[in-house]
Amino acid sequence: MELSERHQEYWRKNLRLTAVLLAIWFVATFVVIFFAPQLNDIVIMGFPFAFYMGAQGSLIIYVLIIWFYARRMNQLDNEYGVQEGEEQ
Amino acid sequence: MSTTTQSQFFQQLKKYYTFYTGGFIAFVIVLAILEQMGLPARWVGYIFLAATISLYAGIGIMSRTADVSEYYVAGRRVPALFNGMATGADWMSAASFIGMAGTLYLAGFDGLAFVMGWTGGYVLVALFLAPYLRKFGQFTIPDFLGTRYGGNLPRTIGVIAAIICSFTYVVAQIYGVGIITARLTGLEFQIGVFVGLAGILVCSFLGGMRAVTWTQVAQYIILIIAYMIPVVWLSVVHTGNPVPQVAYGQVLQQVTQLENEFNDPNTAKGAAEASARAAFQAQQASFDTRIAALDEAVAAGNGDAFLEAQRVEADSPADFPATVDALKASWKKSADGAKAKTGPVSAHATAFAGKGAEKKLLNDNPDASAAEIAAAQAEDQQASNIKRRNFIALVLCLMVGTASLPHILMRYYTTPSVREARKSVFWSLLFIFLLYFTAPALAVLVKFEVYNNLVGLPFASLPAWVANWQAVDATLMKIVDINLDGIVQLAEITIGGDLIVLATPEIAGLPYVISGMVAAGGLAAALSTADGLLLTIANALSHDVYYKMIDPKASTIRRLAISRSLLLLVAIFAAYTASLKPGDILFLVGAAFSLAASAFFPALVLGVFWKRANYLGAVVGMLAGLGVCMYYMVITYPFFGGVPANEWFAIKPIAAGVFGMPIGFIGVIIGSLLSRAPSLEIQQLVDHVRYPSLVNDIETRAT
Repeated sequence: MELSERHQEYWRKNLRLTAVLLAIWFVATFVVIFFAPQLNDIVIMGFPFAFYMGAQGSLIIYVLIIWFYARRMNQLDNEYGVQEGEEQ
Repeated sequence: MSTTTQSQFFQQLKKYYTFYTGGFIAFVIVLAILEQMGLPARWVGYIFLAATISLYAGIGIMSRTADVSEYYVAGRRVPALFNGMATGADWMSAASFIGMAGTLYLAGFDGLAFVMGWTGGYVLVALFLAPYLRKFGQFTIPDFLGTRYGGNLPRTIGVIAAIICSFTYVVAQIYGVGIITARLTGLEFQIGVFVGLAGILVCSFLGGMRAVTWTQVAQYIILIIAYMIPVVWLSVVHTGNPVPQVAYGQVLQQVTQLENEFNDPNTAKGAAEASARAAFQAQQASFDTRIAALDEAVAAGNGDAFLEAQRVEADSPADFPATVDALKASWKKSADGAKAKTGPVSAHATAFAGKGAEKKLLNDNPDASAAEIAAAQAEDQQASNIKRRNFIALVLCLMVGTASLPHILMRYYTTPSVREARKSVFWSLLFIFLLYFTAPALAVLVKFEVYNNLVGLPFASLPAWVANWQAVDATLMKIVDINLDGIVQLAEITIGGDLIVLATPEIAGLPYVISGMVAAGGLAAALSTADGLLLTIANALSHDVYYKMIDPKASTIRRLAISRSLLLLVAIFAAYTASLKPGDILFLVGAAFSLAASAFFPALVLGVFWKRANYLGAVVGMLAGLGVCMYYMVITYPFFGGVPANEWFAIKPIAAGVFGMPIGFIGVIIGSLLSRAPSLEIQQLVDHVRYPSLVNDIETRAT
């Protein structure tokens, strides 16, 4: 089970993608909470912004992060030839 | 079914569940018609209970199996979409379904920690765990720890941690089942617990994970329909918009406006509120005086005579507390209850409100000096900072805990491939999101109803739902005319969190059949979570302890027999514990997240992402994480004899994982670096889980 240069590259790309998505997750969660009192001064469609993020906005971002990760990784599998065969 | 391909299987499932959803809606419509024709509400409750439990039992019986892989991981062919629904039902407990909107109603912005924490954790599941665990492909989470780190010790610690987290959690679910059954049918709580238990057991006992999976999909469909219908209706009534998640922005503005009016004594509403608050203040003072008199009498040695004198004067001497201590406790409770009503209304959307020291100072003394004002401001700022710190710590614990709870992670063993596991996390969160982003809308809509339609009504013309719930349970709904003006003020209303979801159908003016449906949805949420948890505990004991450590040569028949007997024993023990009505059940559920986060997350994640992590690291990290977390809870939580004064950085015990988790990571790293790097086979195993498929790959899948 030798890992080729291609394999290493696949794993590096996975790590980079994971790090970027984790950073987005961090901002959507903890940065928003930290500045919540200030962000609440912005009101959109009746929602104070930090309240909106906590109740909906950040949740939508989480769903999108996971959707993008699944799509991108399933593509990478094919690009680097590490995809699984047809399911049994 | 083994001859069908995966895509045929998917089409079949889609057909079955579409048909099933239609059937459920038809069933509700028929019941609604019967209700209009005069079927009593009690019977609607019975029929809902009997129909849903026998439905789950039916699925359980149809999915019975004698195959190990079917029993433990549903044959690893659950399509991503359906595994998502099953995970949603597995995840959303009675607390999410019934309690969440209530928490948001009572706590406003600060309650959003649960909404964010219980959804954001899936990002961690997707990025760090689900695909890798699927590739590893055994049966339990301790399996991974045991194989990755070698030796029985990491596996044993994993089993113990899994049981601690899951057992406290399952007791809370069975407790919820008992309460809902009792509400729905009028049976006694203890009987309700065992009726619910039967519903859980018929399902998981015969078919293990396979039966639990297909039942959970059915339960998800019921619970999401039951949650949505009343909220959508309430939204149409108040805003004319059938999408409550969009419409409640305007309603929130109106709520904020009303809150300002209630807090401004220069308006009519504000003046009425002020008079109610003053009356509560007087009540609190009167109880404080009585407590002081009692203390004095006790100090003088004639406490019992004092008690007797009070009893004679009481309105109903029979119900009067029997001992001096009980009397004091009862007065203290009344004083605290009154005190809670003396403060201003807290604004729903405001984040981390201070304690209002500046406002109070200026109110009491309009000519306060600049120094006094600055001191009060600093006090407010500090209170606000502590709230923010706790919010962040709680969100982190809930998220990491989500990504560490074995009953959730186990679900990703059941998909057919790594690809499907990744997609399945997306479906899971999408289905969970549907309920979680509706809960804040529901909380605001009910708040508007109470602020706008209930406050200001004469006591003579209270709506029917208020009287009904007041009769059911005074802790859920209570209105007292404290200032005797004959009009309802906000301060005079006491609402329990669990009321919000249960009473929404009545508040929205829907027939009883919808109330029955909501209760059935709550039951589905509690049963599905209990199923998943019981299976986790029984599997940890039967697979990890018995098969892997005691008798690795056991036959299939024997393994399944052991597993089923343990399931039965654990279930009965959990039901027995729940029937004792242990206090502090909500704290224990929250604590399960902190414990799971501290014990599992570092060892699981580093096991995949750091090849150097080894046996000693895992043992040290897991023990240290779990140990610090438990130690913090014991020294700070009164239930275990701790005191809040011991808190570090004023962090509440429920978020103890915020200390346990970093210690866990440090423990894994130090322990690993102090001992030799893991063997070549283990490093190969890490490569194996990192790549969905490799040439000449090793095989770790268990069958």
